[in-house]
Amino acid sequence: MIPTSWFLILGAILFSLGVLGVLTRRNGITIFMSIELMVNAVNLTFIAYARELGSLHGLMWVFFIMAVAAAEAAVGLAIFIALYRHRETIDVDEANLMHW
Amino acid sequence: MSATLPVVASLFGSIPEPMVQWVVWPTIKFVIAFAIIMGIVAFTTLVERRVLGFMQARLGPNRVGPQGILQFVADPIKLLLKEDIVPAGAQKAAYFIAPMLPIIPAFLVFCLIPFGPPPTFAITDVNVGLLLILALTSTGVYGIILGGWASNNKFSLLGGLRSAAQMVSYEVPFGLSIVGVLMLSGSLSLVEIVHRQELGVWNVLPQLVGCFIFLVAMTAEVNRAPFDLPEAESELVAGFHTEYSGMKFAFFFLAEYASMLVNACLIVILFFGGWTLAIAGKGLTTETMQTMGWLGLSLGFLIFAAKVAFFMILYIWFRGTFPRYRFDQLMELGWKWMIPLALVNIVVTGIVILLVRNGGA
Amino acid sequence: MTDPLMLTGVSLALFVIVGAIAVASSILVVSMRNPVHSALFLLLTFLCVAILFVSMGAEFVGAVQVLVYAGGIMVLFLFVVMLINVKALPKEKVFTATSMMGVLMGVLLFIILAIILASGTWAPAVNAPENLRTAVVVKTTPVVDAGGATIQTETVTRDVVGNAEAVGMALYRDYLVPFEVASLFLLVAMVGAIVIGKRELDASEEEAIPEFIAKKVSDEDRLKEVTGA
Repeated sequence: MIPTSWFLILGAILFSLGVLGVLTRRNGITIFMSIELMVNAVNLTFIAYARELGSLHGLMWVFFIMAVAAAEAAVGLAIFIALYRHRETIDVDEANLMHW
Repeated sequence: MSATLPVVASLFGSIPEPMVQWVVWPTIKFVIAFAIIMGIVAFTTLVERRVLGFMQARLGPNRVGPQGILQFVADPIKLLLKEDIVPAGAQKAAYFIAPMLPIIPAFLVFCLIPFGPPPTFAITDVNVGLLLILALTSTGVYGIILGGWASNNKFSLLGGLRSAAQMVSYEVPFGLSIVGVLMLSGSLSLVEIVHRQELGVWNVLPQLVGCFIFLVAMTAEVNRAPFDLPEAESELVAGFHTEYSGMKFAFFFLAEYASMLVNACLIVILFFGGWTLAIAGKGLTTETMQTMGWLGLSLGFLIFAAKVAFFMILYIWFRGTFPRYRFDQLMELGWKWMIPLALVNIVVTGIVILLVRNGGA
Repeated sequence: MTDPLMLTGVSLALFVIVGAIAVASSILVVSMRNPVHSALFLLLTFLCVAILFVSMGAEFVGAVQVLVYAGGIMVLFLFVVMLINVKALPKEKVFTATSMMGVLMGVLLFIILAIILASGTWAPAVNAPENLRTAVVVKTTPVVDAGGATIQTETVTRDVVGNAEAVGMALYRDYLVPFEVASLFLLVAMVGAIVIGKRELDASEEEAIPEFIAKKVSDEDRLKEVTGA
């Protein structure tokens, strides 16, 4: 049996890498992928706790998170397509019309 | 497992029993299955050309060996010896990886498919088997998209994008058409699904609509005629594999035929009783086969093979019969007809199951 | 114990190898310049995470992970990356103050998380993965007497084998309302994505669409036109 903490640490590493990606990258789609990575790290943590506690509730949350991630991907990518159409770029620094 | 083949099993005496049962045996089975499947896939290409020739009143390849039967050996050799061309401006790494991507899931799925009475002919029996098969087959699209993109060719890219749209669209009716079967059998394990059918009737009777949708979706999933738009030669040269030659092209080809075989196996297991020939528990059931020993087991395998062969021929038949769909018609068929029909099928199946159970109780 | 993943050596090796691949590929996800390459490494990460799910006894979630992420979301990503011209990639400078701050923040976050987690248990999990694999379904049927009053409730207990069934029972009983909300949520997202992603065609583009695609001519008429019948 692998200790639960190992999975948690792995989840923490993946989550931190996702945060790192969101903060450092300027390419909108890559930022989006980093967010998906963070979501997945959270899923991993949920499953690890579900196993630790022998409960199905963690699994249920993972399902809802997956639904949210799918919806987020669909809407977010549509936004980037719209952005690309108007601005010819997916650089998030260029999308600064609402920026003061 | 080790009881059926004591001699071979004794060879693994020094390895702990769970390792033998879960790692060694499946590996051996998979290697055998892999070799056989490679042969079948190669042979299918020959059969396809001969059958198409027959349908179009011409001969087809008949030069290599008696009746052209060795053509399936000659083709891979030719492809192996061909020059491997990498187009200028191609994304090298992606171009190199793309042909491998569809072939991995296509062959991996065979681990989950029982070819005959278990446990001898089933490599593994996973309790989420069907879901895993759906998941694996859905990853086959990457090679095609990536190959199209990496080739640095507009025809390839268009073919890749078309293919991605088509496969993602038809995955939905593909999955939904199975739900009716799952509701009837109450299991995601393929062995269990077959078992339920031999006790009752083949699922094709209560799930005629589901079977039809599955048949259409499985043809669209593997990009076969009449849904072969990703490689429509009259508009896109050869689609996503325009720039591929030699063994890389052969890999795409192999993956397509392996996926065809997977889908043919799936439809046989889900709707046509798998390796059994039984109604309401009478006839050649799994149990009868298992009591008959090796003879019965091989009989089961042969029955399964015959059913699968029929569906492989059916693919070729489709190709020889139907004209190609236009892309907007294809999408319309998928989204406006197949998906609503599959949803209605699920609802009706659910209601009928509920009524029957409540009526019986 | 027939589960292969219970073999300590095998499961340890599995965790180490798969975990290492997951970490390495997610580093590549955030560092690759070309979004297609990023997407492919993200796919690899998702597959690794799916394997870890299975190793924890959650086969059903593992399969759904592959189905949803690998089969759906990543295909969408690749599709969008290909629709958007790759030459228009933003110029990314690696060693700017902002990105260094980003790296610092990521590392700091990891350290904080590690400190929190390290104070927790390092012992093997209390409950074996079998607990995820089998759920006990209790079916209650009220036993009524001739007058219609409930005398007692009969409970039928059954061991459910297969994570899929356990998950299904939980999802459609205990989590029915969240499930319905999630379906509504997906519908809203779908409509939103179509509305945002849709492009209004200008007049010249409207003209350029062939009549048979714009559905101004029915397929039957088109067939007659082509065949001359």
